[in-house]
Amino acid sequence: MTFEDFGKMAASAQEVEEQYTHHINVCMAAGCLSCQSDLTKEAIEKEVASRGEDNWCLVKGVGCLGLCKGGPLVEIESAGVIYEAVAASDAKDIVDALGKKPVKRIQCDEKAPFFTRQVKISLENSGVIDPDKIEDYIAREGYTGLLTALNEMTPQEVQQQVEKSGLRGRGGAGFPTGLKWGTVAKMAGGQKYVICNADEGDPGAFMDRSVLESDPHRVLEGMAIAAYAVGANTGYLYVRAEYPLAVKRLKNAIRQAERLGLLGANICGTPFQFNVEIRLGAGAFVCGEETALISSIEGNRGIPRPRPPFPAQSGLWGCPTLINNVETFANIAPIIRKGGEWFAGIGTEKSKGTKVFAIAGRVENTGLIEVPMGITLRDIIFDIGGGIPNGRKFKAVQTGGPSGGCIPEEYLDMPVDYESLAKVGSIMGSGGMIVMDDTSCMVDMARFFMEFCMTESCGKCVPCRVGTRQMYDILTKMTNGSATMDDLALLEELCGMVKSTSLCGLGQTAPNPVVSTLRYFREEYLAHIEGKTCPAGVCEMPAGVGVSI
Amino acid sequence: MPSDLAKIAAPSDDKRWRIVDATMRRHGRQPHALIETLHTVQEAFGYLDDDALQYVAAILRLPLSKVYGVATFYHFFTLKPQGKHTCVVCMGTACYIKGAPQIVSGLESRYGVTTGETTEDGELSVLSARCLGSCGLAPAIVLDGDVVGRLEPSAMLERIDGMMQKEAVAV
Repeated sequence: MTFEDFGKMAASAQEVEEQYTHHINVCMAAGCLSCQSDLTKEAIEKEVASRGEDNWCLVKGVGCLGLCKGGPLVEIESAGVIYEAVAASDAKDIVDALGKKPVKRIQCDEKAPFFTRQVKISLENSGVIDPDKIEDYIAREGYTGLLTALNEMTPQEVQQQVEKSGLRGRGGAGFPTGLKWGTVAKMAGGQKYVICNADEGDPGAFMDRSVLESDPHRVLEGMAIAAYAVGANTGYLYVRAEYPLAVKRLKNAIRQAERLGLLGANICGTPFQFNVEIRLGAGAFVCGEETALISSIEGNRGIPRPRPPFPAQSGLWGCPTLINNVETFANIAPIIRKGGEWFAGIGTEKSKGTKVFAIAGRVENTGLIEVPMGITLRDIIFDIGGGIPNGRKFKAVQTGGPSGGCIPEEYLDMPVDYESLAKVGSIMGSGGMIVMDDTSCMVDMARFFMEFCMTESCGKCVPCRVGTRQMYDILTKMTNGSATMDDLALLEELCGMVKSTSLCGLGQTAPNPVVSTLRYFREEYLAHIEGKTCPAGVCEMPAGVGVSI
Repeated sequence: MPSDLAKIAAPSDDKRWRIVDATMRRHGRQPHALIETLHTVQEAFGYLDDDALQYVAAILRLPLSKVYGVATFYHFFTLKPQGKHTCVVCMGTACYIKGAPQIVSGLESRYGVTTGETTEDGELSVLSARCLGSCGLAPAIVLDGDVVGRLEPSAMLERIDGMMQKEAVAV
């Protein structure tokens, strides 16, 4: 396919859509599907068909519309109206209201900050295109980034644009993406690989799932551009087996792209060749660590190895390998299309662009949002998130999953970027944000995360394997009222030891939830140890003990 | 190579072994096909039994210890058959703070099963997941493949009871 063919295809796809007066988008991402949005879509389709008019209304299943708490969501694109909790029985009213006043009963406030304050780059097509149709993606400038790169840019220029954009790894650590690409590109020729890390293991995070389910082609395009820039010809998408819908849509997307010659040999008539294969993860959190992930693709247990050598030098089967996260790849195509400077114009000085967050827990609007870097936590939780439900009091927000920390109220006005979050003892992480109110006990939370790290430790290095177990035991003693002040001292000592002596990121960050809760909620620990009480009433203390002191 | 591999017979003449063979063939029977193959076995048979592990080890020419090591390292693989119904309780952070532990303890008191176990009559298996990625629906569970969410723990338990009872009446 040439550039011209491609343009024609995009134009005809657009034309087909424009024939319709009304456009109804029904969310078909996992969240809404589990509330039976498929039945809703069927009912609306039937209702539209019963009106018997051709080219009148187009009903489309689309990716994530964001506000997961209101599922199933339906958007009337032509009128800018969003309906929430739409049952199949609402279909008639919705179709009746087309071109007239919207149905008040189920209408969402689309002027709410949840919708107006977002800036969408990675999610620009989420909830807009049908993820199962490549034409839909192409109609919205899909694959033009890849074509521009192949036809008009050298691999070095592509890499320079990414470097100029200031994009940093969205998997959590925030390593500059351009620099990583440069390292792989500079390695001597021969076999190289590109890997997309879609092993989203953080509990409380579902950004990657939504991107893969809503816009799979964007990730493939990003991978292909990366392969061109670094000189790779094979790519692997390492996806969690727990995301069957994402896997299904990716497989379909790969097949479609191959059919159109956008993947495979001689892409768009150029000598560039790139194939993508899917590899299923099997439920091991440690496989999010890049060397463990490589080991898993090779068919082994997911056990990390020391770095250096970094995967960029010696990765999959000993070849130079570029590993980036789903969201990082999702940002690539727009950067190539609009230029690195455009991207660098968004965000803060050191953290450019936007970030997708999954907000969940004790917050009104649970769902998926994309906001510019530098927005404050307060804006995310209270403005976009709509605050804490049932009039309860905000206590902490947990970012970064088991590797992150709990941030208390006093830091809510801090801008969200890699450095600020690290300064208060948490990390950006992949973007999970769990809001907690006063019904959560921080010691219990620390124990929850330690239990997670303990079970997920691969067992290779002693500090992580044994250290997390010891810390877990101490935290358990605290939550059942049998800990002493010596235990607290030992816990603090272990935090430092596990952090500084573990082999990989899992062990090095495992103490973070404990360290951060000790830093901001020490009085809760003391209440458990000295007072034998749990202020939040979560932990079961032996009866009477608390009273006697 | 194909001749000596042909001598290794599948554990039974069950047709599902052909699907497993196809996966191994697609990856050139290379050792790195191990995880993909185990996925196929589990999808076809529901779990990985000793025969399956031995067969896969023989065809991919891997030591059985390695195959067993990989099968037990990853949480997704199970070496035990599942009950007639499965209930996967999400234990991700969002579900945890919204009451997942109450669902687990409720199941334990009603059906006498802890997570990772199956009831004695083989009716219900209770499993836990690290995170289903359905945090917007917290607390979320997967009942026989369908995600159920946004219910208080007590309502959730009633839903599970309902499923089990419906079955009992039908029998």
